[in-house]
Amino acid sequence: MSDKRNTRTGWFKSGSPWIWMNGGAVSIAVIMTLGLLAVIAVRGLAHFWASDLIQANYVVPGEQPRPVIGEVVQREQVTRERLQGAGLPVAEEGSEFMVRQLLKVGNREFGADFVWVVEEWMQDVTRPRELLAIERREWGNFYGYLLAVRERGQLVAEGEAAWSALQERLARAGKLFDELNRLERVDIGAINYGMERLRLKTRGLQLDDKLTAEAQADIDAQRAEYQAQYRALEDRLAELNQALSRDSILMRTAAGQEVEINLAKVVDVYRPNAMSTTEKLGFYGAKLWEFVSDDPREANTEGGVFPAIFGTVLMVMIMAVIVTPFGVIAAVYLREYAKQGPLTRLIRIAVNNLAGVPSIVYGVFGLGFFVYVLGGSIDQLFYREAAPSPVFGTPGLMWASLTLAILTLPVVIVSTEEGLARIPRMIREGSLALGATKSETLWRVVIPMASPAMMTGLILAVARAAGEVAPLMLVGVVKLAPTLPLNGNYPYLHLDQKIMHLGFHIFDVGFQSPNVEAARPLVYATAFLLVLVIATLNMSAVYIRNHLREKYKALDH
Amino acid sequence: MQTPTHGIDISALGRDKRSLNLADETVAIEVPKLSLFYGEKQALYDISLNIPKQRVTAFIGPSGCGKSTLLRCFNRMNDLVDGCRIEGAINLDGQNIYRKGEDVADLRRRVGMVFQKPNPFPKSIYENVVYGLRIQGIKQKRVLDETVEWALKGAALWDEVKDRLHESALGLSGGQQQRLVIARTIAVQPEVLLLDEPSSALDPISSLKVEELIYELKARYTIVIVTHNMQQAARVSDYTAFMYMGKLIEYGDTDTLFTNPEKKQTEDYITGRYG
Repeated sequence: MSDKRNTRTGWFKSGSPWIWMNGGAVSIAVIMTLGLLAVIAVRGLAHFWASDLIQANYVVPGEQPRPVIGEVVQREQVTRERLQGAGLPVAEEGSEFMVRQLLKVGNREFGADFVWVVEEWMQDVTRPRELLAIERREWGNFYGYLLAVRERGQLVAEGEAAWSALQERLARAGKLFDELNRLERVDIGAINYGMERLRLKTRGLQLDDKLTAEAQADIDAQRAEYQAQYRALEDRLAELNQALSRDSILMRTAAGQEVEINLAKVVDVYRPNAMSTTEKLGFYGAKLWEFVSDDPREANTEGGVFPAIFGTVLMVMIMAVIVTPFGVIAAVYLREYAKQGPLTRLIRIAVNNLAGVPSIVYGVFGLGFFVYVLGGSIDQLFYREAAPSPVFGTPGLMWASLTLAILTLPVVIVSTEEGLARIPRMIREGSLALGATKSETLWRVVIPMASPAMMTGLILAVARAAGEVAPLMLVGVVKLAPTLPLNGNYPYLHLDQKIMHLGFHIFDVGFQSPNVEAARPLVYATAFLLVLVIATLNMSAVYIRNHLREKYKALDH
Repeated sequence: MQTPTHGIDISALGRDKRSLNLADETVAIEVPKLSLFYGEKQALYDISLNIPKQRVTAFIGPSGCGKSTLLRCFNRMNDLVDGCRIEGAINLDGQNIYRKGEDVADLRRRVGMVFQKPNPFPKSIYENVVYGLRIQGIKQKRVLDETVEWALKGAALWDEVKDRLHESALGLSGGQQQRLVIARTIAVQPEVLLLDEPSSALDPISSLKVEELIYELKARYTIVIVTHNMQQAARVSDYTAFMYMGKLIEYGDTDTLFTNPEKKQTEDYITGRYG
């Protein structure tokens, strides 16, 4: 017995190799998943940390020393030959590898905001506490020394006093900017929207030959009211703009140049070298919150991604609302009512194959059929007054959701069918035997019992839909949408609007952005966020499913 | 409630001691001549029998003899089976239930059925009992409450569950579940109760409780029971039909059939030579 166990065949027969193989496969899968998450989390989330700024003299042999200020973004080892190949005057002898750093030096208006430097040539590296980082609305970060704070060109504070004066005045500017922003986007946006509706109404009445003098007068009165409101707002706007551009600061760059920056253009200022770890943590949290709650700036390479999160979630929700009833009804018909035969088998095969169609094909279909044919017809029938500009005849939220709904329909159908098939025959018979008709049995007993399976289908559908990008580029997702698809303007939910989407945002920031180095961490951060959003959507669906499962747990057979 | 261990006197169960005669009974279900086919295969051959009103009629026979199939003809449950075809008629109160335009849902309300395995719905005990009423569109809470009480009392379950009517029915034991199913069935006040091996999935004590219940229900309902268990048939039924290979071999009052069968096949089965 023990002899047999010791032989190799004995070992194989015992089944241990299989267990090892299976365990290994599971471990690899787990490691890959965790690794992926770790990479995007670390690379993305590190971006929001306020790392120290350094000041140094960069001395390239044979050149004038050049003072630099910046933050070290990356360090890597490169071979001496490679640096020589890049045309740098690297000495012939020495170790094979040299270290180079990627320095974020900001101040984009004076040249590149990222530079590679050879670590060996960085001299007199210091971390002065007064070094100031400025996050600007345009041109990216600015690094330098604060010289003075000015109000309408008049000196207010200098030296160390300037720092506290700056903070005070920046808080005021921030408030003014928020108000200005709200005024422009919400109030003036509502007026523009109202005026546009009036124009469409006029045009509609004209088309129907119902534009009487009375109606015209009524519309004119409304328009006049809007214009009066607008003028009032415009005055307030000018006032705010005036107030906002009151203060400015004088900065000195590493090269000694003096630059005046208006506070209207400043988002945030901080002195990373003077911050304690606690302060940095607080700062980190604020930045992270800004990322998920703010609008993007600077061609999406800075600021937040809130509209993209909002668009993704809203689109997925609308998709779920469309696909669930549709898929469930189709599955119920296929499983419960249709005569099982070659035709139903064919339909089932077709449905299953639909799940394997590349998603871009759905995008093309959505554009060709939904947008042009359906949307075009809707415009012709109901939005004649808007012509020639399309309303639904152009990519938008509704078509994006509908396209995704078709894309995920097979998943919902298949899992609902499986769920229906699993309901014990005894339960159906029990209901029928009490005088229920087939449809009463279905709605009162079978479908509630199959609801966890439907939720499973929905979970899979959401997981697939939320991560889909390719078809969306054709049917409604854009780089930058000026307003959210759900806002305070009647009818509140604007299905015809274009939306932003996290998946597309990653693509856009990563590949379409003018500033690759600045965008890279955002790609990781957005990717991490997308994973989080999908996980959250999934978790909530799983929670609902488990709840349903508990409620309708089938009999033990 | 009696305690199950000593409260049930088996000898007291079952038939009245007075002699029964099939010819004297009022007919509840009349089967003139019935054949049934599953596709090409014939499962029932020219069955003719009359089910007496407010009596317990048992169908016995070896597995696959068609006794369940026959039972499922009485509430047209066989309609659900693909390729099932019937020749002949079944008259319930003088009306052929296979005639055109028969309301099958209403028929099934009038002819209730209890299955081999307890099949409560994954709902509360209360909702299980009122299911049939809700189907009929009855909404008044008072009516529903009253029905729940008398149906559960009728199924000898009230005392055990009255304090947890709104808990899931799946939390009940198998025997309780089967009695709940019976309560659910009588809640719609059927005329006929079809019991398809109602205690085969239950433990002996639950099984006895169900038998006791059948005995009590007989006063109000016409009961047809299919059973594998000949002792059970002997205990609970007034009349017994023995079926073999899709044919009705012998049908008569239970005493006679068990003690003095006419046919050799019946005797062989009862004495355990086959089946």
